[in-house]
Amino acid sequence: MDDARALPSRPRPRRRARKAQASDRRELLRDGAGAGSRAAVELERTWQDKPGVRGFLSANGHKTIGLRFVVTAFVFAGLAGVMGGLMRHQLATADSHLVGPDFYNQLFSMHGTTMMFLFAVPVMQGFALYIVPLMIGTRNTAFPRMSACAYWLYLFGGLLLFGAFATNTGPDAGWFAYVPLAGPQYGIGKRADFWNMLVTYSEAMGLMVAVDITTTILKLRAPGMTLRQMPLFVWASLVTSVMIIFAMPLVMLGANLVQFDRMLGTHFFNPAEGGDALLWQHLFWFFGHPEVYFIFIPALGFVSAIIPTFARRPMFGHDAIVLSLITTGFLSFGLWVHHMFATNLPELGKSFFTAMSFMIAIPTAMQIFCWIATIAAGRLVMRTPFLFVLGFFFILMIGGLTGIMLGSVPLDLQVHDTYFVVAHLHYVLLGGAVFPLFAALYYWFPKVTGKMLSERLGKWHFWLFFVGVNLTFFPLHVLGLEGMPRRIYTYGAETGWQTLNFVSAVGQVINDVGTLLFAINLIRTIFFTKERASADPWGAGTLEWSVASPPPKCNFFALPVVSSREPLWAPAAEVTHVQGLSAQIREGLTTTVIDALPDTRYAYPAPEIWPFVAALSVTVWLVWSIWSVPGFAWGLIPPALAFLLWYWPNKKEAIEEVEWEGEP
Amino acid sequence: MSSRCRDRALVLAVAGVAGALTAACEREARDFLPPRPGAQVAPAASAPASAAAIALAAAMVGRYEHNAYAISAGKRLFAWYNCSGCHANGGGGSGPALMDDVWIYGGDAGTVYLTIANGRPNGMPAFAGRIPEDQLWQLAAYVRSLAGLASADAAPNRDDAFLTRTPESFADPAKPETVKPAVATGRPQ
Amino acid sequence: MNGVHDVLAPAGPQALALFHLWNAMLVACVVVFALTMAVLAVALWRAPRAGERTRPDLDAHPRREATLRRSVVWGIAGSSVLLVVLLFASFFADRALSALPLADAVHIDLVGHQFWWEAHYEPNSPERTFATANELHVPVGRPVLIRLRADDVIHSLWVPSLGGKKDLIPGRESTLALRADRAGTYRGQCAEFCGYQHAKMALVVVAEPPADYERWRAAQRAPAREPATAQERRGLALVEQTSCAMCHAIHGTRARARRAPDLTHVASRGWLGAGAVENTPELRAEWIARAQKFKPGVNMPPLDAAPDDLAAMSAYLGSLR
Repeated sequence: MDDARALPSRPRPRRRARKAQASDRRELLRDGAGAGSRAAVELERTWQDKPGVRGFLSANGHKTIGLRFVVTAFVFAGLAGVMGGLMRHQLATADSHLVGPDFYNQLFSMHGTTMMFLFAVPVMQGFALYIVPLMIGTRNTAFPRMSACAYWLYLFGGLLLFGAFATNTGPDAGWFAYVPLAGPQYGIGKRADFWNMLVTYSEAMGLMVAVDITTTILKLRAPGMTLRQMPLFVWASLVTSVMIIFAMPLVMLGANLVQFDRMLGTHFFNPAEGGDALLWQHLFWFFGHPEVYFIFIPALGFVSAIIPTFARRPMFGHDAIVLSLITTGFLSFGLWVHHMFATNLPELGKSFFTAMSFMIAIPTAMQIFCWIATIAAGRLVMRTPFLFVLGFFFILMIGGLTGIMLGSVPLDLQVHDTYFVVAHLHYVLLGGAVFPLFAALYYWFPKVTGKMLSERLGKWHFWLFFVGVNLTFFPLHVLGLEGMPRRIYTYGAETGWQTLNFVSAVGQVINDVGTLLFAINLIRTIFFTKERASADPWGAGTLEWSVASPPPKCNFFALPVVSSREPLWAPAAEVTHVQGLSAQIREGLTTTVIDALPDTRYAYPAPEIWPFVAALSVTVWLVWSIWSVPGFAWGLIPPALAFLLWYWPNKKEAIEEVEWEGEP
Repeated sequence: MSSRCRDRALVLAVAGVAGALTAACEREARDFLPPRPGAQVAPAASAPASAAAIALAAAMVGRYEHNAYAISAGKRLFAWYNCSGCHANGGGGSGPALMDDVWIYGGDAGTVYLTIANGRPNGMPAFAGRIPEDQLWQLAAYVRSLAGLASADAAPNRDDAFLTRTPESFADPAKPETVKPAVATGRPQ
Repeated sequence: MNGVHDVLAPAGPQALALFHLWNAMLVACVVVFALTMAVLAVALWRAPRAGERTRPDLDAHPRREATLRRSVVWGIAGSSVLLVVLLFASFFADRALSALPLADAVHIDLVGHQFWWEAHYEPNSPERTFATANELHVPVGRPVLIRLRADDVIHSLWVPSLGGKKDLIPGRESTLALRADRAGTYRGQCAEFCGYQHAKMALVVVAEPPADYERWRAAQRAPAREPATAQERRGLALVEQTSCAMCHAIHGTRARARRAPDLTHVASRGWLGAGAVENTPELRAEWIARAQKFKPGVNMPPLDAAPDDLAAMSAYLGSLR
C-alpha cells in the first residue's frame, strides 16, 4: 500500500544476489492497522519485556525503566525522610540525647545526599523516561540500553551507599563534603570514599539518561511536532538534560580529584603544596547550583503540563515559557558563587553573582505570571493534581523570595549556613519540586496503572502536606535569624531555640500523616480498586492520553502525526498516523531536529543482559578502587570486558537490520 | 544449582557480609570515651609500666590498629607532643626512624607501647603518667602504622601539610623504607 | 553560652546596615508575595468551574489575550525594576560593610581549631600581645579587626548581633571588621560544619566601656596568679605534672604547651569548652574529669583522678582570674 505519508523510497544497497533465506518466507507484518489486528498482536509481542529473571535484568523498554527509576527513588526518599524525621526529633528539645554527634553527622549527610542524588534527580529523570516518548509519539527512547545501564548503576550506587551507612561508614561531612573535612587527613576512615563513589555513580547515571532523553527529544518526535509544537514538559526535559550534560561531569571530576587526594596522595586541595581548599567549593557548586535546577525545571514542566488540562485551555504565553526555561537553564550556570559568599573571594566578584542570582528570578517570574494568566482565563477543574499545583505556587514563591534575600552578598553573610537556608531550600525543593511531583503522580497515575487514585484521600493528603510543610519549615526562617547555625546536633537551653524547633517537629509529624495517607491511597488503588480508568480521564490534550491506560507495550499501534500543540484538542481531532514500520522488530521513525520531518527508520535495540552486566562490572571497579590503589587500574578490566562484549558487533543482527531497512 | 551448592553459597555470602560488617564497624567506630583505665594522676615520671599494663596495651593497640579514628588521633598526638622533634615525621633524626623495619627494642605492639610509656636510654622520654593510657595506645598504633604494621584501610592518608613522606596508608611492611639519619649520631640505628 | 545572638538585634554598625537591608528586602518580598497571591486568589475566585469533560477553549480571545499580555508585561517590568532597586540596596550595603573606619582598631588574630577559638590580641606588638580563647572582650565604640586563620578544617566566625560571618579556610587568610556600639555580651557560633562538635563551638564577645576593657586587657597580660591556699598549690602541682601541661599553657608556670586553650586567666571566662559548660567549680571539675561527657568528640581526653585531686585542680584553675 502506497500511502501518501509512506516513507520516501530509499535507493536499495547494491549487493550480490543472495541465497534464499528463511526470512523471505516470513510474512511481513507492518504497523498502522488498528489495535486487535494480527499486526497489533505481533507488535505487542515484539515490544514486551522478556519473562523470567533474565528478562527482568535485560528489559529496556522506557516505561519499564522509567517506572523502576520512580519507584526506587521513592523508596530512597522514604528512607531519607525517616532520617529527616529523626533529626527533627533530636532537635525538638535542647540538649537532647536521642542521637550522638557522630550519628547525627551521618544522618544529615545521608539525608542530603540521598534526597539530592538518589531521589530528586532520578525521580525527575524517571518521569521523563516514562512520559516523554509517549508525549512525543514514539515507542522507546533513543538509547534504551544506556538508560537501562543507568538504572542499574543508580540501584547499585544507592545500595552501596546504604550498605555503607548500615556499617557505620555513611558519609559524615555533609552532602557537599567540603575539604579538608572530607579530605585525606580529616576525613577519617572510608566514609568520604563512599560518598565520592556515590557521586561517580550518580553522575554516570544522570549523564547517561540525559544523553538518552536529549537525543530522544531531538530525533524521535512525531512527524509534524516541530520545536514550536512541542509540549512544555518535553521542553523542560530537554533543557534539564542539556544542563545535566554540562554540569554533572564536573562534580564527578571534583569527587575524583578528592579521591585521588585521599587514595593516591595528590595535592589538589592541599594549600601547603600549592592546592586550594576553595577549589573544591568552586567545582562542587558549579555543579551544585545547576543541580537544584535539574530538580526544579522538570517540576516546572509538570506544572506546565497540568495547568492547561485543569484550566481547559492551552497555555498562555507558551513561547514565553519556552524562552524562560531556556534562559533559566543558561543563567543557572552563573550563580554558583552565591554558595561561597562567606569566603574571602573578592567582593566585586561576589556582587556579580548577586546580580545573576537576582536575574534568574525574572524568567521564573515570567513562567509564574503566564501560569496565573492561564488560570485567570480558564475554566477550572479543582482536582487533586491542580490543588498540588496551587500549593506549589504558594510555597515556591516564599522559597524563591527568600532565595532573593540569600542572593544578596551582605544579607547572606548573616543568614548563610543557618536555618534560614534550611528553610529556603526546603521551601524551594518541597514547594518547587515535590508539590509538582505529587501533582504529576496524581495526574499520570491513571495513565501508568489504569486506575484513578482516590480524590478524597488526595485532598486530605494535599491539605495535610501543605499545612505540614509550612509548619515544619516556616519557623526555621526565624530560627536562622535568631542565630541557629546549620548542621548542629544539639543546642543549649540558653539559646532559646527550643520552642520553634518543637513547633517544627510537630509540623513534621503532620507531614508524616499526609505521606501515610498517600501511601494508603497508593496501596488501596493498586491492590484493591477494580475500576479501570479510560485512556483520557482528565480530558487532556497531549499525545500520551491518546493511548489506553496503561499504555500498550508498543505505545502506539501506529505512530501519530501531529499538527498542533494539543493534538487531542485539535479541531476535528486530525491526528493522523505513520504506517509501514515493522511489527516484527522494534522499529521507530526518526525525524529532523527542528521541523520534525520524517528522516530515517530506526531499529531500537532489543533487550539484552549487557547493560546489567556492565553496571555490575563498574561496581566491581569502584568498590575495588576504594580499598586498593592498584584497584583503580586492575578494576578497570571488568568494565572494559563488559563494554567490549556489549558492543561487539553481531554479524547476524547487522545483516538482518540491513535486510529490514532495504524493504520497500 | 544443587541445593548443597546453594547452601554453601548462602553460608559464604552470610559469612562474607558478617565479615564485612565487623571489619567496617571496627574500622569506623568512634569511641570518644576510651575504655578504662585512664591516666594516672600522681606524678609518675619514673613509674614503670606493669606487666599487666603491657599486656592490656598489646591487646588495645592491636584493636586500635584497625580503627581509623584511633590511628588518626595518634597522628594528631604525634604532632602535638612534638615527636617529630626527634623522629621527624618518621624519618628519624636524633631519634631513630620509625617508618623503616629496624627496631632497636622491637616493633611489636607491647614493646612500642613500653618504649613510649617508659622511655628509653639515649633520649626517649617517658610519657606514662603524663598522658592518659589510651593516648599511649593511640600513639603506639600510629607509630606502627608508620612502618606499615597497622591495617592499611585504617591508616591515615596524606597530611594536609607540606609533603614530608609518603602517606602511612602506602607503607608496606614487606617493602620497608630504608631511611638514613640526616646526621651521624654514633648510635645503633 | 549566654549572650545576645539575634540578627534582628543589631549592636553595631555592620549588623545595623544588614538589619536595614533585611527590612528593605523583607518589605519588598512580602509586597511581591502578597500581590502575586492576591492576583492568584482573584483568578481562582473569578474563573468559572468546569469538569474533565468540558470542552477545552481553543478560540482566540484577542482582547482578553491582549489584557493578559499587558498584565504579564507590567508584572515582569515591575519585578525587574524592583530587583534592580534591591540590587543597588544590596551593593550599597556591601560597600557600607567595608567602609567601617578602622583607625585605632583593636587587632585580634583568631585561629579556628576543632572545636575552639584561639585568640591573640595585638599580635604585632610584643609588648602588648596576649593569648586567650573562646571569649573576646572589646571596647565599646572602637573597631575590632579580626584576622582569621584556620588550623585544620574550614570554620566560620559569626556573631549575629555584631555583623555577618566570615569563613576561616586553611591556607587562606581573611579579615572581619566589627564594632560594638553598645555594651553587652554577644554570642557567636562556628557557622561552617567542622566535625563532631561543630554544634558546641561558641564564642562570646563581651563589649565593655573602654576603661573596663583596659582593665581586662591589663589583667590578661599579667602572668597567672600565684596559688594562695594549700589546695590551690596542690592543684597547680597536679596541673603542671599531669596531662594538663601537655596541651595547655598557664603563663608563669611550667605549663607552656600551645595545643589547647590558654588557661592563664581561665577563671575570667564564663564558660569552658567554647560554650560547652558553665565555668563553676563543680562543672569545672566534671569537665576536667570527663570532658567527653559534655562534648563527645572533643580533643580533650578524660582524666581519671581522685575527687580530691579534681577539686584541687578546679580550685586552682578557679583562682586564675
